[in-house]
Amino acid sequence: MSAAAAPAGGRRWARPSLDAVVMGGGVVLLGAALVLGIALPLGYLLAKSFQNQDGQFIGLANYIRYVTTPALFLSAWNSVWVAAVATLIVIPLAFVYAYALTRSCMPFKGLFTAIALVPILAPSLLPAISLIYLFGNQGMLKGAFGGQPIYGPIGIVIAQVFYCFPHALMILVTALATADGRLYEAATALRASRTRIFFTVTLPGVRYGLISAIFVVFTLVVTDFGIAKVIGGQFNVLATDVYKQVVGQQNFQMGAVVGMVLLIPAVLAFVADRHAQRRQSAALSARAVPLVPQPEAGFDRAMLAFCAAVAALLVGIVAVAAWGSLIRYWPYNLSLTLANYDFERFDARGWETYRNSLVMATGAATLGTAVVFVGAYFLERTPGLGLLRAAVRLIAMLPLAVPGLVLGLGYIFFFNAKANPLNVIYATMTILVINTVVHFYTVCHLTALTAIKQLDPEFEAVSASLKVPIVRTFVRVTVPICLPTILDIFVYMFVNAMTTVSAVIFLYGAESKVASISVVHMDEAGQTSAAAAMAMLILVTSAGVKLLHVAASSTIERLTQAWRRR
Amino acid sequence: MASNGTAGGPYLAVRRLTKSFGAFQALKEVSLEVRRGEFVCFLGPSGCGKTTLLRAIAGLDPQSSGTIEQDGRDVSNLPPGQRDFGIVFQSYALFPNLTIAANVGYGLASRGQGREAIAARVTELLALVGLSDQGAKYPAQLSGGQQQRVALARALAPSPGLLLLDEPLSALDALVRVHLRREIKALQRRLGVTTIMVTHDQEEALTMADRIVVMDHGVIEQVGSPVEIYRNPRTPFVADFVGRMNLLEAKVAGSGRVELGALSIAVADTAGLSPGTGALLCFRPEDVQVRGIETGAANALEVLIGDIEFHGAYCRAALSAGQGAGAVGLVAEFSINLMRDLAPETGKRLRIALPPERLRVFARDSAGR
Repeated sequence: MSAAAAPAGGRRWARPSLDAVVMGGGVVLLGAALVLGIALPLGYLLAKSFQNQDGQFIGLANYIRYVTTPALFLSAWNSVWVAAVATLIVIPLAFVYAYALTRSCMPFKGLFTAIALVPILAPSLLPAISLIYLFGNQGMLKGAFGGQPIYGPIGIVIAQVFYCFPHALMILVTALATADGRLYEAATALRASRTRIFFTVTLPGVRYGLISAIFVVFTLVVTDFGIAKVIGGQFNVLATDVYKQVVGQQNFQMGAVVGMVLLIPAVLAFVADRHAQRRQSAALSARAVPLVPQPEAGFDRAMLAFCAAVAALLVGIVAVAAWGSLIRYWPYNLSLTLANYDFERFDARGWETYRNSLVMATGAATLGTAVVFVGAYFLERTPGLGLLRAAVRLIAMLPLAVPGLVLGLGYIFFFNAKANPLNVIYATMTILVINTVVHFYTVCHLTALTAIKQLDPEFEAVSASLKVPIVRTFVRVTVPICLPTILDIFVYMFVNAMTTVSAVIFLYGAESKVASISVVHMDEAGQTSAAAAMAMLILVTSAGVKLLHVAASSTIERLTQAWRRR
Repeated sequence: MASNGTAGGPYLAVRRLTKSFGAFQALKEVSLEVRRGEFVCFLGPSGCGKTTLLRAIAGLDPQSSGTIEQDGRDVSNLPPGQRDFGIVFQSYALFPNLTIAANVGYGLASRGQGREAIAARVTELLALVGLSDQGAKYPAQLSGGQQQRVALARALAPSPGLLLLDEPLSALDALVRVHLRREIKALQRRLGVTTIMVTHDQEEALTMADRIVVMDHGVIEQVGSPVEIYRNPRTPFVADFVGRMNLLEAKVAGSGRVELGALSIAVADTAGLSPGTGALLCFRPEDVQVRGIETGAANALEVLIGDIEFHGAYCRAALSAGQGAGAVGLVAEFSINLMRDLAPETGKRLRIALPPERLRVFARDSAGR
C-alpha cells in the first residue's frame, strides 16, 4: 500500500526452473513447427490467389474470373450435388449398421465392425477401380444403369459411398454407444411405444453425432481427389479442377482460387463438427448408466440380414479389385497371374514406389507420433504461458479444416518459393513426411489430448515436490500409461500415409514417388490391372499393420498395463 | 533440521501475500506465521483461498505479490523443485503404473542415494504407515484409505521440512476418515514435521490442528487454537462457520444490555457499541440452559417448543420466545439425558436461561458479507 512496501510487494518474476524452461521451450518449438507446417503455407496460398502470373497484387480479379468462367463454376455445383447425394445414401446405411452394432444382440458384431472398417485401409482409388471392372466399358455388368456410363456422377457416388461408409459409421457408433440406459427405463416405465422411444429418446440423443457425420461425409466427398480422378470421366468437380489448373495448365493462381473455394465446405464442416461435439459431450452426464441391448429374435435377425448385405457389398468391391489384379487380360483372358504385380512393366519406378510408401509411412508415423504426443503433453501441462498455449492449440486444430489438396497446394507455394531457405526439401521424401504429419495432425493431437487429460493433474506437482525432473516423470509415468494411445496414433498415421493421394500429388519428386501416386499414373495410362494390383498392395499392407497392431496391443497390454487390473 | 538456531522464530512466515486471477483477488495481503513442528489447518468454505494459499506456499501457483520465508530462507520466487516440502493431494496422484514401493521411493532415486539405502528407507516408511506387506502391489489394488497412506509415505520419504496436505481425507468414507485423522495426527506428532492441512471440514480441523486459520474471501478471519476458535469466535463468520450458532439480530440498549425483539437481554460485553446501534447476538445452541435455573437468574425466559429433530446423542429444538410481532426464534440443543429427564415436547412451554457470559455481541455491519 505504501511506497516502502514496494520492494516486497511488487511483482518479481519467479526464477524459472529447468522444468519450466524445457516445457515452455517445447511449446514454443511446437508453435514454430506448426506455423511453418500449416499457417505459412496457407498464408502463401491465400496470397497467391490475389496475384497474377508475375506475382503482382491484382485484388479479386482471379476470383471474378473464376465466378465468370462457366466451366469452373459448373464444377463447384457438380461437387456440391454429388456430395449431397452420396451423403444421403451413406448416412442412413451407416446409421442402421451402427444401430445394429450398438443396439441389437445380433451375432458376429466384431466381424461386422472389422469388415466395415476395411475401406479406411485402402486408397480411395480402389473402389473406383473396382467399379470400372464391374461397370466400365468392358465391365461384366456394363449397362446396369440403363445406358448411363459409370464414368461420371454415378461412379463417383457409388465409390464415395464405399469410401465414406466407415467414417460415418465410427461417428454414429460412438454417438449410439453413449446412451443413458435410465432414459430408456424411464420411457418404458411411462409406457412409450418403441417408435415413440426412438423419436423422443434415441434420435435426440444422437442428433449431434448425426450432424457431425453428415458434415464429415459431405466434406470428404467434396475434397476427395482420387475417386473423381479415376472414375469421373468428363464430369468435372472442384478437386479435379485444382489438379488440372496446377498440373495440367500450370495456372497456379487459378489453382489457388479453386483451393480457397475448396476450403469453404471444409471450414464450415469443421466449425459445425466442433460445435456438435461440444454439445454431445455436454449432453451425457457422468452418472449415466450404459444401455444394455436386450435380445429380440425378429429385430436381431433383421439387423443381421442388413449388416450381412452391406458387408457383402463392401467385401465384394474389395474382392473385385483383388480378382482384377490377378487376372491376365480383362475381360478376354481370365486366367490367374501375378504379372500385374511386376510393376516395372508399367511404371518406370516399379516397386520403388511401394518401398517409398513404406519409408514415408514409417517416417510420418514415427515423427508424427513423437511430435504429436510430446507436443500435446507440453501444451496441456505447461504451467502459465496462457496466451501462447491458446494460440498453439488453435493452430493445432487447423489441419482438420484443410483438405489434403489445399494443403499440398500451399506447400508448393511456400516450400518452392525461391526466397525460402527450406526449398531444398521440395520434392524430397522429407517434405512428403512433413506434409503427411501435418495433414493428419489434428485427429492424432485430439487423441493424445484425451489420454493426457485422463492423467491426474497433480503428477507434475508431485514430481516437482519430490525434486524429480519432469522429463523423468514423463518417461517413467506418462509414456507408459499412454502407451496404448501412442500405438493408436502411430498406426493411424501409418495407414493414412500409405493411402493418401491428395496432399502428396503435388509434392512428390521422381525419386520420392509413392505407391498411391503410382496407382493414379498407371490408371491414367490405361493399365487398370496394374493400378488395381498396387491399390491391393497398399490395402494388404495397411491391413497387415492394423492386424499387427491388434496382436501387439494385447501383448503390450499384458506386459505394461498390469497395473490396470484390480 | 534446526540448522540455524532460530528455535524461537517462525519456521514459515507468509507476509502480505496477494494472488490475483485477472480482476479477482483470491488472496488479499495474507500474513501468517507457523512455528516449527506445528500442525496448522486452513479452514474455510470452498473459494475462500485456502488451497490458493497452500499452492503459493508450495510454489505451484506463485503469488502475485508478497513474500514467503521458510526456515530463514526467502523462497518467494523459487520454483517448487527448489523448495523443501512434501505434498499429498485429495486425488493422491499416485503413479498408477508404478508399484507401491516404487511410488514411495520415487523421490529418493533422484537424490543420488544407493539402491539399498532407498530400499531400506521405503521399508521403513511402509512400516510407518502400516503397509509393510503391500509394497509389490499397484495403487489400484489398494483401498482408498491405503492409497492415502501411500501418498503420505511418498511425501515423507525425502524427510521434507514441511508437509502440505490438500484436503487429504475428503475422498474417503466417513469411518475411514475418522480413523485416518487420528493416524495422521499421531504420525505428525511422532515425526515432529511442520504440517499445513487444507480442509473445509470443521470437525477435521478441530480434532487435528494445533492451530486453525479460518479463511473467507481471501482473507484470514481468525487464527487460534481449536478451543479458542470455538469458544471465542472473533467475527460472525467464524461464529457461524465453526460449529452451530444462533445469530440473532438485536439492538444495543445500553451498557451490558441488548434488545432482542421485545426482550431485554443482559450480556457480559457489548463490544464497545454505542446504544441504538444494530448488533448480532450470538450463542451456541448447547449453551441454552434448561436445568438449575435459579429464581431471579439473568435472561430467564419462557419459550414455546417448536419442532424437535432427533440427532442421536442430542436433539435440536426450535424455540420461540415472546409473543406476536416481538417473538424471537432460536435453536437449542438438548442432550439425550435431558430429553429423558424433562421430556420436552412440541407445543409445550419451557423455562430457559441464556447465561450472559456465554453470549457474544458483534456489530451488525461486520456481518454484511
